[in-house]
Amino acid sequence: MADQTAVRLSGVRKSFGAVDAVAGVDLEIRDGEFFSMLGPSGSGKTTVLRMIAGFERPTGGRVELAGRDVTALAPFDRDVNTVFQDYALFPHLTILQNVEYGLRVRKVAKARRRERAREALRSVRLEGFDDRRPAQLSGGQRQRVALARALVNEPRVLLLDEPLGALDLKLREEMQVELKEIQRRAGITFLFVTHDQEEALTMSDRVAVFNRGRVEQVGTPAEVYERPATAFVAAFVGTSNRIGDVHVRPEKIRLDLLDAGGAGEADRSATGTVAEVVYAGPHTRFVVDLDGGGRAVALQQNLQTSSMDVMRLRDERVRLSWRAEHEFLTP
Amino acid sequence: MSGLAPTTLPGRPASLRRRAAALLHRRPLVRLGLLLSAPMLWLVVAYLGALFAMLLTAFWSTDTFTGEVDRTFTWQNFQDLWTGEVYRTIALRSVAVAAGVTVLCLAIAFPMAFYMAKVARPRWRPYLLIAVLTPLWAAYLVKVYAWRVILADDGLLNWALGPLGARGPGYGLTATVLVLTYLWLPYMILPIYTGLERLPDSLLDASGDLGAGTLRTLRRVVAPMVFPSIAAGSLFTFSLSLGDYITVKIVGGRGQLIGNVVYDNIGAANDLPFAAAVATVPVVVMLVYIAAVRRTGALEEL
Repeated sequence: MADQTAVRLSGVRKSFGAVDAVAGVDLEIRDGEFFSMLGPSGSGKTTVLRMIAGFERPTGGRVELAGRDVTALAPFDRDVNTVFQDYALFPHLTILQNVEYGLRVRKVAKARRRERAREALRSVRLEGFDDRRPAQLSGGQRQRVALARALVNEPRVLLLDEPLGALDLKLREEMQVELKEIQRRAGITFLFVTHDQEEALTMSDRVAVFNRGRVEQVGTPAEVYERPATAFVAAFVGTSNRIGDVHVRPEKIRLDLLDAGGAGEADRSATGTVAEVVYAGPHTRFVVDLDGGGRAVALQQNLQTSSMDVMRLRDERVRLSWRAEHEFLTP
Repeated sequence: MSGLAPTTLPGRPASLRRRAAALLHRRPLVRLGLLLSAPMLWLVVAYLGALFAMLLTAFWSTDTFTGEVDRTFTWQNFQDLWTGEVYRTIALRSVAVAAGVTVLCLAIAFPMAFYMAKVARPRWRPYLLIAVLTPLWAAYLVKVYAWRVILADDGLLNWALGPLGARGPGYGLTATVLVLTYLWLPYMILPIYTGLERLPDSLLDASGDLGAGTLRTLRRVVAPMVFPSIAAGSLFTFSLSLGDYITVKIVGGRGQLIGNVVYDNIGAANDLPFAAAVATVPVVVMLVYIAAVRRTGALEEL
């Protein structure tokens, strides 16, 4: 039976001089999974990716691809391809030649590789650009070329190093959906590195949260968001309020004027004064000074309210309420 | 219209300096003129002027009896140059030496530059650069005479090679190529180093990631991308070698290059017009060389 694990890392470490960039990471990434490595810059996620690609040699531990130990293999002997953060397109080659590069290196006949390269460009919706140079394309288009250039080799695992980081917001959101589609269609394991928690949550089947060269938590986006294993995860993935000994997410908190009466079906509540109102279009963020000490943020959908209404709530006395099941503890 | 504010701001007297600055701000042409007057003067008078004087002189002649320069137009110098077998041999030999030096420089400079730009730790790079530049701080003559000592019959090279049963090249054209390579090597290393430093590491990673081994990455990615830098370096090594006449005098044995012919005609033969005619040869060779480099598109990317 084929191994169901696309990538397995056991005790992988990497030191640069006295600095431990990666301080012992164990991970299993399943075949066909969209797996994200999320963390702030310097948390070791990119170094882990580069060790899987073969650009860096681990100081210790093992890297396995589909059950095969590849720790000591060069990048060109591994069945993975990378989409680089700066795209790393060859500026002296045309778009078609860029996409063909991997096939050409592997001695695929010219007619065949032309055909496959064109098909790959079609799959990223980039037709008719064959003879252009990378410098003549926009950021989003270059990103697609980089994707086609990697996918055309039909790797077992595609490694993506913050591939959307250089795009503007609108384009980034479009590419998020598109990447997900491409991954589903190609059936290839995607290993995605990002520092953007929203991106990781929206795109991934599972997420590993990195901090200081270690994995803090691995789980589905919902698990990581709703049940953070550590204080770091709770703070890094989304925002959270610390009220007493527990944490509550801002969107789980209901906000009512104190004299408006009952808290509904909520089983926890606290009172306070609105210190700040931040109107953000679809929702409003209320910063509340709690009577019991500390501050909490509550996020309210602007279902029926408008900016005029919510602004008037500053300095009002309010009651915050939430359900016990939405509370979580962190060690 | 009486409500308009006064034109000078309070507390800021319009000093002469400020007025001049304001004038320059308003008149871009005056600004440009000031910026470029000195360099243009130098370029036109001293630089191109000298070249033009040389070209003009090449069409004059020297009276063999009096040694006076006769300023009447004649093609005679170029005719002598074209028909003289010995001049053609010397010109071809000079081009061959310059080409040899360039190829040798490239063969040594590329691995060195690659090590400096891509392999060595970044904090070592400035020191390696200084090491490459150090020979340029020493006087030319001192370096060439040092090589004369090294290459001498009982010199350092033969002493070192002796136990292996081999001998150095002695004085001659080979020695000239060797010493010129030593002299001009930094001019090849520096542009290639700069070119390689500008080459993003991710391109090398990407090539390996797509299945290419080291040699293929060098051939398909690195070489085409640093070609403009190599072309720039070769312009230096080629032209500097083509114009040299001292090295060949000191370590070249009886070999002669174009530069020696020019020098001998200025000095011993006292035939300045003919020397000028000979001196146009390397100029023409360089123009052809630059045109060839230009055709490859390398100059646009510099």
